[in-house]
Amino acid sequence: MTDTAWIDAALTSARPQAVGALLRYFRNLDTAEEAFQNASLRALKSWPQNGPPRDPAGWLIMVGRNAAIDEVRRSRRQTPLPADEAISDLDDAEDALAERLDGSHYRDDILRLLFICCHPDLPATQQIALALRIVSGLTVKQIARAFLVSEAAMEQRITRAKARIADADVPFETPGAVERSQRLAAVAAMIYLIFNEGYTASEDTAGIRSPLCEEAIRLARLLLRLFQSEPEIMGLTALLLLQHARAAARFGADGALVLLDDQDRSLWNQKMIAEGLALIDKAMRHRNSGPYQIQAAVAALHARAARPEDTDWTQIDLLYGALEIMQPSPVVTLNRAVAVSKVRGPQAALEIIEPLGERLSNYFHYFGVRGAFLMQLGRNDEARVAFDRAIALANSSAEAAHIRMHLDRLMRDAPRGTKVSKK
Amino acid sequence: MLYAILCYHDEDFVGSWTREQDAAVMKKLAVVQDKLIKQGRLGPVARLLPTTSATTLRKDDPPVVLDGPYAETKEQLLGFYIVDCKNLDEALDVARDLGAANPGGAYEIRPVGVLNPGSVPT
Repeated sequence: MTDTAWIDAALTSARPQAVGALLRYFRNLDTAEEAFQNASLRALKSWPQNGPPRDPAGWLIMVGRNAAIDEVRRSRRQTPLPADEAISDLDDAEDALAERLDGSHYRDDILRLLFICCHPDLPATQQIALALRIVSGLTVKQIARAFLVSEAAMEQRITRAKARIADADVPFETPGAVERSQRLAAVAAMIYLIFNEGYTASEDTAGIRSPLCEEAIRLARLLLRLFQSEPEIMGLTALLLLQHARAAARFGADGALVLLDDQDRSLWNQKMIAEGLALIDKAMRHRNSGPYQIQAAVAALHARAARPEDTDWTQIDLLYGALEIMQPSPVVTLNRAVAVSKVRGPQAALEIIEPLGERLSNYFHYFGVRGAFLMQLGRNDEARVAFDRAIALANSSAEAAHIRMHLDRLMRDAPRGTKVSKK
Repeated sequence: MLYAILCYHDEDFVGSWTREQDAAVMKKLAVVQDKLIKQGRLGPVARLLPTTSATTLRKDDPPVVLDGPYAETKEQLLGFYIVDCKNLDEALDVARDLGAANPGGAYEIRPVGVLNPGSVPT
């Protein structure tokens, strides 16, 4: 690895802890970010010459803090700045100081930093953009690219988000147990949003957006390292890994979405699957289930099936049933219906989704699934209506292409069908 | 004499490598490993999954299972086993049996991500 690549990686990995500590120190996000930026610039100068510090985060916190304090002094009294060498030549005594400044708090520092980004006043898209900017340290340009918007628009979105939380009360005292678990839940939800933002990509944008999935996994692992005994964080990390493991198989050569049953399972990333399954195993031992664990357990059952027909659909039906009780939502019921169609057939499944029509009247997957059930029942006319509606609601060309494939099959089978009217 | 070489690094740092950077490092390591394989000198090589996937069994009486890697510095690493298990529970059963035979200390149980059996004659 080259010097700069090495330093980039070191700065990225130290960033959440360093910015989190600087934020606690200055109680102002802009000052903290600026201080980190300054420290990073000095690191780029100093590290190639002096070698990497033993504790990069501690070094960055100390240097960033000093630089910001100097900044304040300079603007107050016009005193000269100390020479760069004096600052970059930090000895172990200052290392130890950084540790004291930081060591006992950094877990809550990182959590606070993430938590600030999920302020309830911020719409989800702003939460994600802010977290990617502040916690992950992606450039505005990188984030804009991942969100498929212009750099100027993203800059504005992030500036607005920052302005909104600048006035908000940020809690700096060490959180109590209840407060901590509430923050953890909010942060977990945001990480899941970041992942979904990357996951819903279509084939033409998958390459651009999949870094969002990887970043979400990195943040989930970070969170789990800080909170090692939280089964839901294990579940979240497992869920993201198991979903992302299928990334290479999700789109066909023609760019159409490939559903699980039709995916080439040899393209699944076995290393990610192994890690996901290991985390699920760990989580299950706690016997304290939650929505992420259940969804991860479903993903694990898919990952464990060597062929689609080996999938344990009965178990998946039960898991979605449990999720319906824990977190009732028509989308969860729709997912359960897919499992039911495999176990008890399309008629039973159709009966389950019939009452959802009103609430999911603008949901692409509802009409895709409904069309598939109707097609299996040979009710081709009704299937075609559902598929047409699905295409109208498709979020990407890949989704539309997938449905068109069903429609083509209906057309092909039409001559053999008995009750197909010609429109 | 067989020597074990134990690998330590900052997981946060390694974890922030891009897939390409990771692959580049593995490729460079493979060159060194291949040389040793040809000489018949390489034993098994394992890359472990992240410490987030680790579980620790403290060999107290009764043994206590804890999430996460073994974190105390009082004890030293004395050896390791590689065991084929269906799941974590099975691995914990093995660790409990071993612990009953040799109480005190702890076992960290961590899934193996990549295993190269090597070429050393046994």
